[in-house]
This record gives sequence, C-alpha cells and structure tokens, in this order.
Amino acid sequence: MATQNIAGVNIDVNDEGYLNDPSQWTKEVAIEIAKEEGIELTDKHFEVLEFLRDENEKSSTLTIRKVGKSGIVDIKGLYDLFPGGPLKKSSRIAGIPKPSSCV
Amino acid sequence: MNAKKEENPLKKVCIICAKGTIEDVYATLVMANGAVMEGIEAKMFFTFFGLDAITKKQMKKLHTSTVGNPAMRMPGGLPFPTLLGILPGVEAGVSAMMKSQMEALDIPPVDEFFDMITAGGGEIYACKMATDMFKLKKEDLIDHVIDIITIGEFYALAGGENTQIIFT
Repeated sequence: MATQNIAGVNIDVNDEGYLNDPSQWTKEVAIEIAKEEGIELTDKHFEVLEFLRDENEKSSTLTIRKVGKSGIVDIKGLYDLFPGGPLKKSSRIAGIPKPSSCV
Repeated sequence: MNAKKEENPLKKVCIICAKGTIEDVYATLVMANGAVMEGIEAKMFFTFFGLDAITKKQMKKLHTSTVGNPAMRMPGGLPFPTLLGILPGVEAGVSAMMKSQMEALDIPPVDEFFDMITAGGGEIYACKMATDMFKLKKEDLIDHVIDIITIGEFYALAGGENTQIIFT
C-alpha cells in the first residue's frame, strides 16, 4: 500500500500499481498509468475501460472472453489495444483490482 | 503474486499435449492462454491422443475417463465406483457435466479457446509421427494449426533464454 502522485492527485495504489479505490480513478489518471505501460489511450481504449469498470462495479469476475463478447472489441483487438497483458494492463489502467481469473 | 525483481521473467512456454481427455487438453489450453495473457510466448505441440483436441471431427467430443480415475467423485463428494463408470452413457454424462461446470466459470469450449489463444499470438503445431500413425492430414485438423512438424522441428522453436517445455 502506497500513495502515488498520478496526474497531480494523490492516489492509493498497491505494490503492483493497481488502484486500491476505483473511485479515485479519472481519465487523467488513466492516461498517466497508460503512459507507464507504454500505451497511448484512444476512444476505443476508453470504451474498454468503461466496460471493465462497469463489470467491476457489478462484482463480476472479469475474463478476456467476457470482454471479447462485450461487442466493443474482439479478443484480437483487445490484445492490440493492450499488448502483452490484455486483462492485467487494461484493469490497472481502468483503476480496478488485478484480475483474479485464469482466463 | 509478483515476480521478484532479481528473477528473470519467463519468456516462452512450449507445451506438449499427448493425451485427449478433457482435463489433459484443458491443462494445455489454460496454460497456453495464461501465458499469452501475461505477454509470454506460447507454442503448443499436439501428439498421439492429444491430436483429438485439434482434429475437427473430435475436438467437440472430448471426454473425461470415468474408469480407473481414483480422484473421480460423485456430486457431494462420495467416491465414484469404477464399476458405475463402465455403464453406457455415464462417461458422456460426467463429461457433459465437466463442460457445463467450466462454462459457468467462463472457460470456453475447445474451439473457442483456440480462437482466444491464437488471437493472443499462441501457435499450434501437430506431430508428424502421430498424424502419420492416425492417418490424419492437415485438412482434418483445425485451421489454426500452423504446420505438421517433427519433434526436432518443435525443439528448434523452443530456443531462446527463459523458455520452458511443459509436458501435460
């Protein structure tokens, strides 16, 4: 548990850099975290992030399969948007906990 | 869990699947998918009965063996008698139940799982010797199969530092 200054705001993050409190998330925070991951966010990225945040709100277990069936992006597209960690990186940028599913 | 900083992260897994039961095939699929989701390269090699997983005609008919499987339990936890497992339809019923339990956890059917893994860059190969033995041709296999190759050729794909070969 630590506090990190992201986009000029003090944000509670865990030791892997995931937000402890999804309500501290803003678009500016997302843009900053994405930069750390080497990703420049587009509108499409934000659509995925909003979907992830909604699902997290509903406490459903997130899988890439679920994102692939969201109608926003297929799985190949998800890999293209968040290379090297489709669910992990997108979850971190979306300010929600690290995914706990194996799929 | 976080990898310790001083450790070198895994970069590639080469997974060999030689058995065609639901659990052996899914072990391969889950590990391969888990790898690409972590940004780890994954290559799969299907041989012997594992070929069923990538054979168009068989891939949707995988079963779990209800005979000679001491870990098999009835719903509720009582031991599953092997003699019950030999009755017609029991293995199919148990296999259908396994599949529905996986579906509930958002674990996809075999064909869709291959779509997911290859979307993440995972590669699928078939064993030359075993396809010859079972008289299978490239067109009998799913389109995701890159090639039918020898084990030597598969080893050649397994180079590079921090690569692991896993046999399920």
